[in-house]
Amino acid sequence: MSRPANPEKFSNPCIQWIDERLPIFTMLIKEYRVFPMPKNANYLWSFGGIAMTMLILMIVTGVFMAMNYDPNTHGAFESVERTMRDVNYGWLLRYAHMNGASFFFIAVYIHVFRGLYYGSYKTPRELLWIIGVIILLLMMATAFMGYALPWSQMSGWGTTVITSLFGAFPLVGDGLVTWLWGGFAVDNPTLNRFFALHFLLPFVILGVVFVHVWALHQTGSNNPTGVEPKTPKDTVPFHPYFSTKDSFALVVFLTLFLAMIFFAPLALTEADHFKQFDPMQTPDHIVPEWYFLPFYAILRSFTLDISIPFTNIILLPAKLQGVVAMFGSIILLMFLPWIDASPVKSARYRPIYRVMVFLLVIAMFALGYAGSQKPEGLPVRIGQLGTAYYFAHWIILWFISRNGFMGVIPKEQTLPVPASISDDPCCKH
Amino acid sequence: MDSNEDGATRRDFLYLTAGAMGAVAVGTAAVPIIDSMNPAADTLALATTEVDLSSVQPGQTITVVWQGKPVFIRRRSPDTIAQIRAEDWHSFRDPQSDQDRVQKGHDEWLVLVGVCTHLGCIPKGSKPMEPKGEWGGWFCPCHGSTYDQSGRIRKGPAPHNLKVPDYAFKSNTLIVIGEKPKSAPKAA
Amino acid sequence: MKRLLCVFAVALLVTSGAVYAAKPAPKAPAKPAATATTMPSKGEKSAESTANPPPPAKPAPEGNCPAATEETAIPKIVNWPDRGVFGHYDMASVQRGFQVYREVCSNCHSLKFLSYRDLQQLGYTPDQVKAVAASVTVQDGPNDEGQMFDRPGRPSDHFKSPFPNEKAARAANNGALPPDMSLLVKAREGGEDYIYAILNGYEQAPSCVSMFPGMNWNKYFPPHQIAMPKPLNDGQVSFSDNSPNDLSHEAANVAQFLAWASEPHMEQRKEMGIKVLLFMFVFIGIMAAAKCKIWEDVR
Repeated sequence: MSRPANPEKFSNPCIQWIDERLPIFTMLIKEYRVFPMPKNANYLWSFGGIAMTMLILMIVTGVFMAMNYDPNTHGAFESVERTMRDVNYGWLLRYAHMNGASFFFIAVYIHVFRGLYYGSYKTPRELLWIIGVIILLLMMATAFMGYALPWSQMSGWGTTVITSLFGAFPLVGDGLVTWLWGGFAVDNPTLNRFFALHFLLPFVILGVVFVHVWALHQTGSNNPTGVEPKTPKDTVPFHPYFSTKDSFALVVFLTLFLAMIFFAPLALTEADHFKQFDPMQTPDHIVPEWYFLPFYAILRSFTLDISIPFTNIILLPAKLQGVVAMFGSIILLMFLPWIDASPVKSARYRPIYRVMVFLLVIAMFALGYAGSQKPEGLPVRIGQLGTAYYFAHWIILWFISRNGFMGVIPKEQTLPVPASISDDPCCKH
Repeated sequence: MDSNEDGATRRDFLYLTAGAMGAVAVGTAAVPIIDSMNPAADTLALATTEVDLSSVQPGQTITVVWQGKPVFIRRRSPDTIAQIRAEDWHSFRDPQSDQDRVQKGHDEWLVLVGVCTHLGCIPKGSKPMEPKGEWGGWFCPCHGSTYDQSGRIRKGPAPHNLKVPDYAFKSNTLIVIGEKPKSAPKAA
Repeated sequence: MKRLLCVFAVALLVTSGAVYAAKPAPKAPAKPAATATTMPSKGEKSAESTANPPPPAKPAPEGNCPAATEETAIPKIVNWPDRGVFGHYDMASVQRGFQVYREVCSNCHSLKFLSYRDLQQLGYTPDQVKAVAASVTVQDGPNDEGQMFDRPGRPSDHFKSPFPNEKAARAANNGALPPDMSLLVKAREGGEDYIYAILNGYEQAPSCVSMFPGMNWNKYFPPHQIAMPKPLNDGQVSFSDNSPNDLSHEAANVAQFLAWASEPHMEQRKEMGIKVLLFMFVFIGIMAAAKCKIWEDVR
């Protein structure tokens, strides 16, 4: 039985047999071997693959830790300690999972920065970008719920504080919080559902990542010039060029990760994470994990209720403003492809935008600092300044990429863009 | 030497080395992950169970839990012992003498892991009302394996005799299951 | 070739920099060499392997009255042997610290996440561990009659807590709960330095401060008034190896013991880490070379 439509492609008859029925090898060759990559893509383009590796690492360590975990308020803390002390290499699993979350976020934040800087969210990659923001949101939810599982003081109170945010919504707020908790305080039902969801969501993320990569392979990768490849001269096949380049970057990244696991596993952890949750006593200073700090600072930057002048009627309480701003700060990213109207993608040819991106990074660091401090005095002001810039950034971007704004915001002047990747004068290979 | 060919050789060498190191890295990383499924230190520490035999009557069988499995302890009467030791055990499926299955000086005590060697069911015969099979020992309801009063397989699909665990007599009426006997273990 | 070397060198630099930055800050505050003492490694003879920290300087609280919220920074006096990439526990000191725990702390503080069998890691023989375990009575059961009964402890038992529950602990301690010590070093900012400082921080309350009933003045405890009365004194515990037993040595030993109790796998972790990182450095080198080789024809 021969099929003329599908000529012999593989010398190995086994592979040929499978491929005729399920063209998985054809797909692999198309997507990971001959797939054309812009030859000027730099190491920032390696962080997508690095993030994917971290996701797999988190799933593997997480599944094996779940085998020793007891999702019950009476047993959770103890079962985690048993994992640390008695389970073979349990300490390694836990430290890899704890610090793995941090390194996953490091990789993803660099990946997002790359997209912002080189305009990877612009046509034709808008949907790719939006799917990416969804992954970020899912990651945040997963990380937040995972933090509750050891049932430490930080777990319990972090969960209490963040779930209580939903109480800010008018009318439905209180009911929503009770629904999230499954009770009238953070307790056993909360822990049970957080465990179930923390186990489920990583696989959802994996699915969305698959869609993300699918969309990427439809449009192809962006590159530092932001000019789409025009001739075969502009690209190289993914394998062996980017497979080795990405692997090299991955090995360096994993070495840093391993150094952290083995020599400073607690550097990013609070002492209160090693005290059992006591619902009767709040620690003096609750801070979320570092990757949430900027958003936590945005939340806390809103300190004034907005009321009808000269009355006591509060229109918009500070808490609600903070909650809306915090969630809005991430949701906003989804609209970025339409906020930025500039036809030039890469910040390399957009002097004003380039400065703005770096200011945004500085603002994020300032927010991170503010979020880690007690909410009083100077850190609050720094946080408010950071928040102000964070939101101003998108407004300014809207106007400079169009016609400016009433003379206050100028119209952006861009530099000449090379005709093709190969013509890029700065980085001739 | 042709420099191109030299380059290709070096390239192959680097490829192979990098691939091998990646394989070693993944393989090594798998070891702790797989090992985490082995019994943990606290599980291993619970490896012994103490049993007080003073209340067990001749002919009676008690069942105790050791490492999550049932252990049958039967106190056999002198008549029973004489009867089973008279049989020619060399022709049995898993030939073993009764003397080899008990401890010297404690011949009346038969201690067995109560798990059928066929597919892991628990044989009946420990409680008075349960079927004991034609040899008065144990009978596995799953596939009909029949064991005698020494726990040896006599009929049915099971390949081996019921397993005798490590146990040590602390006194004449106290045994520790899971602990290796101190002196010469087997009866002559 | 130049480029290859360059990439490799950068990779190596980045990683070693990270390792250096990642290692717990070597506690080396500016202090005169004469008072800087190191707890010797466990390889040395036990007679010499004695923590020899100086007693903390006596404070002079006269003049300004310390407010209750005013925190005193935890001083870093002892060079803990378990810090740093190659750090390991001084097991002789851990053993002495266990003796301090057993004779003093265990009267009020539980150690519930540890089992007696864990003591074998300190160098005790199985028989010694059995004897330690057997020295306590634990409740077990129900037996065949349905009764709970008492039996001597076994190595597989968890450390027996001094109080049956939190309420009993509070009732016996003037309403205060003595924290469990299994994770104390990890659960306190400053770790071993904090334990050492608290044990050495008891002093006469400044006359200008009004003390709450039943409270004690401790210089290093964050609100200064601590429910725990001064637990350790000079010469209170006589160590079996006749090593010095003034307060600062007792405190250093028990801090070292509690550090081990919090993180018993620390030595295994670091040992493994060194091997893993050495492998990774070579791997980075090979990957850098492979990458450069493959990219050299992209022009």
